Amino acid sequence: MADDDNIIVATAERIFADLADAQTVIHNKDGSWKAPLWHALSEAGLPLSWVPDDCDGSGASLADGFAVLNAAGRAALAAPLAETMLAGWLLAQAGLASPPDAMTVAPARPRDRIILNDDGTLSGIARGVPFAVDAKHIAAVATGAHGVSVALVDASACRISAGLSIADDPRDTVTLDRVRPLAIKPAPAGFDLTSLLLMGGVARSLQIAGALETLLDISVGYANERVAFEKKIGKFQAVQHNLARLAGEAAAALAAASSAADAIANAAQFDDAIFLEAVSAKIRSSEAAEKAAAIAHQVHGAIGFTSEHVLHRFTLRALAWRDDFGNESHWAVELGRQVAARGADELWPLVASR
Amino acid sequence: MTAALRFDPIRLPPKCEALRKEVRTFLADEIAAGTFDPHKPQREDNDAPEFSRRVGARGWIGMTWPKQYGGHERSFLERYVVTEEMRVANAPTRRFFVADRQSGPVLLKYAPEHVKMDILPRICRGEVCFAIGMSEPNSGSDLFAAKTRATKTDGGWLINGSKIWTTSAHMADYMIAIFRTSPPTQENRRHGLTQFLVDMKTPGITVNPIRQITGQSEFNEVVFTDTFVPDDHMLGERDGAWKQATSELAYERSGPERFLETYYVLTELVRAVGRDPDTRAAEGIGRLVAQLHAMRRMSVSVAGMLQTGKEPVVEASIVKDIGTVWEQQLPHRVRDLAAFVDADPSNHATLDEQLAFATKLAPKLTIQGGTTEVLRGIIARGLGLR
Repeated sequence: MADDDNIIVATAERIFADLADAQTVIHNKDGSWKAPLWHALSEAGLPLSWVPDDCDGSGASLADGFAVLNAAGRAALAAPLAETMLAGWLLAQAGLASPPDAMTVAPARPRDRIILNDDGTLSGIARGVPFAVDAKHIAAVATGAHGVSVALVDASACRISAGLSIADDPRDTVTLDRVRPLAIKPAPAGFDLTSLLLMGGVARSLQIAGALETLLDISVGYANERVAFEKKIGKFQAVQHNLARLAGEAAAALAAASSAADAIANAAQFDDAIFLEAVSAKIRSSEAAEKAAAIAHQVHGAIGFTSEHVLHRFTLRALAWRDDFGNESHWAVELGRQVAARGADELWPLVASR
Repeated sequence: MTAALRFDPIRLPPKCEALRKEVRTFLADEIAAGTFDPHKPQREDNDAPEFSRRVGARGWIGMTWPKQYGGHERSFLERYVVTEEMRVANAPTRRFFVADRQSGPVLLKYAPEHVKMDILPRICRGEVCFAIGMSEPNSGSDLFAAKTRATKTDGGWLINGSKIWTTSAHMADYMIAIFRTSPPTQENRRHGLTQFLVDMKTPGITVNPIRQITGQSEFNEVVFTDTFVPDDHMLGERDGAWKQATSELAYERSGPERFLETYYVLTELVRAVGRDPDTRAAEGIGRLVAQLHAMRRMSVSVAGMLQTGKEPVVEASIVKDIGTVWEQQLPHRVRDLAAFVDADPSNHATLDEQLAFATKLAPKLTIQGGTTEVLRGIIARGLGLR
């Protein structure tokens, strides 16, 4: 999604380049880049892109927000931007206003549940919650006796046990033990935990696609510079063909993720068609991440395996993002079951409907 | 970015869905009438002249061409819908598909007016079949090694030599071929080939069928002995065929036929596992459907770019690379996933038959119309590596 003419994306890209450039992040191991970055993102209104004006947000379109996430992927951004955007979007679904500061969403895995107790408190364990330790608030989907609710929770009221993704970004276990929410409202009809996971999955697909675009870019650049056996390694057919495959994987991830984002941006409901689009994007971009990361490392050789080189910021994040909001195995099983339940002769009509 | 890959999320416009319904109804009627069996892609004879005429009568051949030549001035996206529905139904499109996809557009661009007026309306009516004469016994992927000669004579050219692996030559009315009119130059080894339109009824043409590992004989050796081709059947620039080949490829490489060639085994697998599959089968099917959906979205995106007059050569090559590798692997994945299916369901014989055929067919999918290696070379060039 090369949005040269999109001012929101251009703003985001400038902030990423100025304050969270991969080389800068690697050199500042103390994390001193984080506060100025978040300040700039907040000043630009990006974390609350998907919160309407009347809920104290920036009121950007879904499409613009998705384009920002794709750009965040291209920068391998390690800040809770996607998470805060998702939280703001989730709260707005139920008409809840968003507080300032960083947020995240829970549950972030398909098998976890947060329960709304009869006394109005929330209980449950959510694992693998991205950036929970950095979040001031958590937007949660809770299930109660009377259906699904959306709740705003003070993160300090939860027990948060810190963990890390393979890219060393926070992936925490959040335990709610009869936590009283700051605000809670019923979710709109048809909205449930799956809706949040699909939206989160599409966000991650766009981030993965973005990371793969950059992997292609820096791998081609390296192959055109590095000389071995008396020529640039990009002149070797074996290397060219690997890079062509990397381009194909980046293209597949980008096409699937862009399609799903476009589908959600233009849909009223999370129906079967949106399900196909969203889970296909997550499955295909995750599969692409595996192949693309392997090729990018292969092209770079040993230098790309060092912590000083920028490559791992893109490869490891693309791989780590596969695990959030349902991994590709989970969604493949769900999609396969849905396809089988519809019956063999309904498969093509479903695919052709998109 | 070194490589600006672009796959915009193009959607088929609403009028395409009405057309899709028409095509499905038409195909259901043809199946009911016994024209073809959609469950038997392995049938020996894919030539169905009457079916071709009925498709032509519906206005589904030459859909995007100007009306003055019998075309219908419809969009590439409408053509896309017709192509994918025909492919998924395993309809016998062989007689008209090459002319519709490739030969017609070449004639539109390079043939003299009276030739266009003569042939294009007949293509649109489903009356004529085309073959493409590219490969020769010692020149396959390396197109510019072609040696079959066209020698100037009074009022035309005399052709001597042979083409090989020529699909449908045994039933074709015409061939569009490249022949050597001059030797290559020191500076440009691609120089010296010229594109011609050959009437297959011309004396001096022998077509020898070649049996394939599937048991079918879809391709042929075509031998030319002093075959006369008139001057007005030269297409485009003398010695300059190399300039004319590239734009054609975007059309040829990105269509739904580049990933749906073995689709039927996936449908039959879903039928075989039933409505409540185990986790293994469900995951396998889910991944395949996700991959299929992603490819189709890429392919539709390229069709949308073609509609707006772009020539997305790299994107089209990516679609064919990923699509043909996928359809080649599909029978093997389906075989894996069917391993634990009870032999009970009534379609199991169908699935076995289809798998046997698709497995034998699979190797050709990454060879025909530009090998995987050639495609990856084109992609690498697009990335700035060559």
